[in-house]
Amino acid sequence: MSGLVGRNLLAGAEPDVAEDAGYPDAPPRMGFFTDTSVCIGCKACEVACKEWNAVPEDGLEFTGMSYDNTQGLGADTWRHVAFIEQDKPVGDADSGVRWLMASDVCKHCTHAACLDVCPTGSLFRTEFGTVVVQEDVCNGCGYCVPACPYGVIDQREEDGRVWKCTLCYDRIGDGLEPACAKACPTDSIQYGPLDELRERAAERVGRLHDMGVEDARLYGHDPRDGVGGDGAFFLLLDEPEVYGLPPDPVVTTRDLPSMWRRAGVAAAALAAGAAALFAVHGRPGGGR
Amino acid sequence: MSTSDVTKDGVRGQREGRDALIGQGSGKGGRRRRRGERAMVPEATFTSYYGKPVLNAPVWEAADVAAYLFLGGLAGAGSVLAAGAELTGRPVAARALKISSLAAIAGSAAALIHDLGRPARFFNMLRVMKPTSPMSIGSWVLVAYGPAAGAAAVLDVAGLFKPLGRAATVGAAALGPAVATYTAVLIADTAVPAWHEGYREMPLVFVGSATAAASGAALLAAPVAETAPMRSAAVLGAGLELAASKLMERRLGMLAEPYRQGRSGRLMRAAEILSVAGAAGGALLGGRSRVAAALSGAALLAGSACTRFGIFHAGMRSAQDPKYTVVPQRERANARDTAKTEGA
Repeated sequence: MSGLVGRNLLAGAEPDVAEDAGYPDAPPRMGFFTDTSVCIGCKACEVACKEWNAVPEDGLEFTGMSYDNTQGLGADTWRHVAFIEQDKPVGDADSGVRWLMASDVCKHCTHAACLDVCPTGSLFRTEFGTVVVQEDVCNGCGYCVPACPYGVIDQREEDGRVWKCTLCYDRIGDGLEPACAKACPTDSIQYGPLDELRERAAERVGRLHDMGVEDARLYGHDPRDGVGGDGAFFLLLDEPEVYGLPPDPVVTTRDLPSMWRRAGVAAAALAAGAAALFAVHGRPGGGR
Repeated sequence: MSTSDVTKDGVRGQREGRDALIGQGSGKGGRRRRRGERAMVPEATFTSYYGKPVLNAPVWEAADVAAYLFLGGLAGAGSVLAAGAELTGRPVAARALKISSLAAIAGSAAALIHDLGRPARFFNMLRVMKPTSPMSIGSWVLVAYGPAAGAAAVLDVAGLFKPLGRAATVGAAALGPAVATYTAVLIADTAVPAWHEGYREMPLVFVGSATAAASGAALLAAPVAETAPMRSAAVLGAGLELAASKLMERRLGMLAEPYRQGRSGRLMRAAEILSVAGAAGGALLGGRSRVAAALSGAALLAGSACTRFGIFHAGMRSAQDPKYTVVPQRERANARDTAKTEGA
């Protein structure tokens, strides 16, 4: 624990999240690399996730948003496949359509705002560096919901507590890969040690650039980004906002020390201001 | 069945007239506008996923959480003024403020517990103490403040244990400023654009609003002879609230829109009018007429409530529209990329 002193644990790169969270001999940090360039939009990940985690049905609604009736991540959707139809030619063609498909998931941030703001300690960092809700502790205060810069975690209405992807904490502890990765037929979802995934992703994006797919870019891979890098990161073929992802997310608690300072100044101003006012006015009969 | 082959070099064997009909997708050039979709924001060039919000909006109810922002301020600042009134020989004002603080903090606790998804697990708030969670810090502050405010009011009304009552009054006054300001950090420490980006000024807005509300309670409940300091406090509080709000809106840029438009915009405007009217009425007439003082006090209380509900709804609005998440972040990312390119 002495290693924590004098370091900024709220933002910036943090190579050993699990060790900083109190696991002396933590296994390597595990995560997802979702390579959307090979996603075929089959939604096997959505189904596998629901089945394994017994996530309840969350409404059957026709949205007209291409093949996406799932709409987004929430308490009852821990994997969400986005479908984007674009008037953009593929390869060297002059005209045409391209489809972007991407399976979104909790990012298991290095600096997880949901975990930081949780007042009960229900959200915690696992030995694998992932972020998980303890459902027997959560009291449904809902603070984590607006804290998440990605719109991942949400409250299950009929239940009152919050839910999100656990990166299949129950499976990975047993050496199994998470259900979504296991079910993915194209290996668009890859599970493994984060360091290894980052290497693999860099190689993959390089290969795509060599093939002329200049749109390919990584998202959430950089430990120097606003959340200290994501445990679940992506290879995208367009700007993140096209997929409904924030272009430059920042963990809100990065600014928390400054917020506390400013609140302290305001509180002191109230106390000092009131003291000064009563001093100036004096006693009712006396002063004025 | 399709007879065309899609290869890296393009499509071969394409047949005419088989192009799929597509929407504008979510490509460059703005959000996809579907039939029946309302234009919710003025045109801004940005991209989103079918206009869906990036964030999950707060699940908090306005009647609980916005009300708490108001009541917490009223209670906290009220305890400060109560101590000042008591120590300077204004017993009726002090008692009125102690009672209003106790009522407000009891209402706060009820609202907060009611808003929990699992109210029976309220005590899990006291399971840990986390400086990174303003809600955790706030819970502990309330645990200390609530009994102090309660004892101060009850012992005053009952006329029992005077020294203990004095200690409770002073204790509540010491914690009051924390109760009145931490809620600003509570909402700013989220990804909600209109709240987070306002974190610099929000504590001052809250402290000003809280002071105005507590002064209003004193004007409403205490005799004119005792409220001179509260009338000054109302002017200072309302002035601080207004100045800090204006400063915040100016610095927020496009993120100030939710504070000016729709329901949140109307609430903020109403807050301005009520606070100015209440402070001015109190200062000019509150020393002469008991009725004018009471009306001014009511206006100050209403103004403070409008400010809190306005800020609450502005945050909701900014979370529900992807524009407020995407545009500032895109500008930031582009600026960084430009700087990188120029640096290279």
